[in-house]
Amino acid sequence: MLIETRPYKKLHFGISLGLTVFYSSAVVVIPLLGLFFHSLGIGVSGILEVFADERIRSALFLSFSVGFISALINLFVGFLFAWVLVRYNFPFKKLLDTLIDLPFTLPTAVAGIALTTIYSQNGIIGSFFDKWGIKIAYTPIGIVIALVFIGFPFVVRTVQPVIEELPKELEESARCLGATPFQTFYKVLLPELWPSLLAGTGMAFARSIGEYGSVVFISGNIPGKTEILPLLIVTKLEQYEYEKATSIALVMLLTSFVFMFLINLLQERASKKLS
Amino acid sequence: MKKFPRISNLKSKISAILCIFLGVMSFSSLASEGTFLHVSFDPTRELYEEINKAFLKEWKNKKGNDFAIQQSHGGSGKQARAVIDGLDADVVSLALSYDIDSISTKSGLIDANWQKKLPNNSVPYYSTIVFLVRKSNPKKIKDWDDIVKPGISIITPNPKTSGGARWNYLAAYGFAKRKYKSDEKATEFIKALFKNTSVLDTGARGSTTTFVQRGIGDVLITWENEAKLSLDEEKRSGKNTLEVVYPSESIKAETPVAVVTKTATEKGNLEKATAYLEFLYSKEGQSIIAKHFFRPTDAAVSKASAKEFPNIKLFSLSDLGETWDSAQKKHFADAGVFDAIYKTK
Repeated sequence: MLIETRPYKKLHFGISLGLTVFYSSAVVVIPLLGLFFHSLGIGVSGILEVFADERIRSALFLSFSVGFISALINLFVGFLFAWVLVRYNFPFKKLLDTLIDLPFTLPTAVAGIALTTIYSQNGIIGSFFDKWGIKIAYTPIGIVIALVFIGFPFVVRTVQPVIEELPKELEESARCLGATPFQTFYKVLLPELWPSLLAGTGMAFARSIGEYGSVVFISGNIPGKTEILPLLIVTKLEQYEYEKATSIALVMLLTSFVFMFLINLLQERASKKLS
Repeated sequence: MKKFPRISNLKSKISAILCIFLGVMSFSSLASEGTFLHVSFDPTRELYEEINKAFLKEWKNKKGNDFAIQQSHGGSGKQARAVIDGLDADVVSLALSYDIDSISTKSGLIDANWQKKLPNNSVPYYSTIVFLVRKSNPKKIKDWDDIVKPGISIITPNPKTSGGARWNYLAAYGFAKRKYKSDEKATEFIKALFKNTSVLDTGARGSTTTFVQRGIGDVLITWENEAKLSLDEEKRSGKNTLEVVYPSESIKAETPVAVVTKTATEKGNLEKATAYLEFLYSKEGQSIIAKHFFRPTDAAVSKASAKEFPNIKLFSLSDLGETWDSAQKKHFADAGVFDAIYKTK
């Protein structure tokens, strides 16, 4: 007799699919459609007009550029963290592993206030840099630091399991065939890792451009200089201009979606190549 | 063969979940029916904690029954939006009459003539805009003219996101308009002011933190009650690094209150809501208000607390020939004066 390892019936499938569809429409699809229809109130030309404003364009540029820079930093820092956590043993390793999730659980406003305290002119780190004439808080550098803080768990947590599952034989055979450590890393390990690195970085990036709570405290919010897009959404809401607010949100949403979609495609291609 | 999970089991699970769901729903609807909700703006938290206690005591003496008052605090505009979107407030007290007007016109929950329903245009207390500077005033800041000079670093919240900051802005604008008698000069003045501004926080409390805790800036433009609160806190922690400077003249920042008539009627709270707001005008209410550094409107109480509130020249919004509606359109709406300040070209 065959042993049924997965004895789930059609009925079970029906119920679970039903629940999934219900849940995803109630929580994700319907609110987002609402957003979509709300902005359609002013039409596509209206949406474009919103972005004709110089302030909004400069915030758009700032949000995407600091998001990109911080995602790039997170790519390296996150990878390093994941690597160290998997490959080495050291005291308090479990503690460090737990600390990484903190940016996920901490309210971002708390993170923003804490970072501003440390990096402002009279803060512990800020005062040190201030001596050299470098300002961190209330400049784009401060925003990048906040975004690195909230984004790096994404990279660590997506790459970590992949490093864990790399077969030992892979490196051993590479070394046996005469590859240097660098060659082993670059030609053997990296192709295995980069789909997950890409995914983590993409998520960190998407999160960064939408981040509000931590950034408003450290950025100083000067229009044209350190004003980010999510702040402009809040600004529009304060003025009861719901359509303009949702149009900005919609553009951010679409961009993030396209970005994530491209990354998923790349990832799929990479993993096909590997297998 | 085992069937897993059994259907009967599943059914009972679903019904259990439904029961819990319905239970929570009915509980929450019950909860909202019996409550009394006051929606207010940020810096009034401590004030209303004390007001509520005093009012409930008086209510119990008169009517013999007890009820609980719930408080919700946040940025004034955000709070107004929450009420428009369905937060079932019985009374609101906000930073600007514009926000209450918005609730009235956008949702109809508040009667259009709300300002006429209570004494003094429904303004039980007011405040004004002053400067907070570093101890012994190293930059010699005495009046509005001094803060627009080059080299002064100003901290003020963003008028686009903070109702309180709009009062700051209009105080500076009003000063310049009255002094130079021209709109253009006043706009120039505002431009110079924001050119000197180094951090635009999203709310008043954020600006206070930036100035007091982070030590950024030479002068904080702030509400009198917020400035006095900062001094009070410093005194309590044994520090002495700040000083309040009263400019030659400033704006009368009127903070109105209103009963959310429709909601209060539906919830059966109309009588309580009206009594609650009227209590703010009573002797007791007014002295609690003065204690929390808001200026009372009652003549006797304001005489008694005159020492706390220096007598400076105050102009009101109507003295500038503006209403909130026109000021909003001219200064803070998209492509208004404030937006133009940050246009580079």
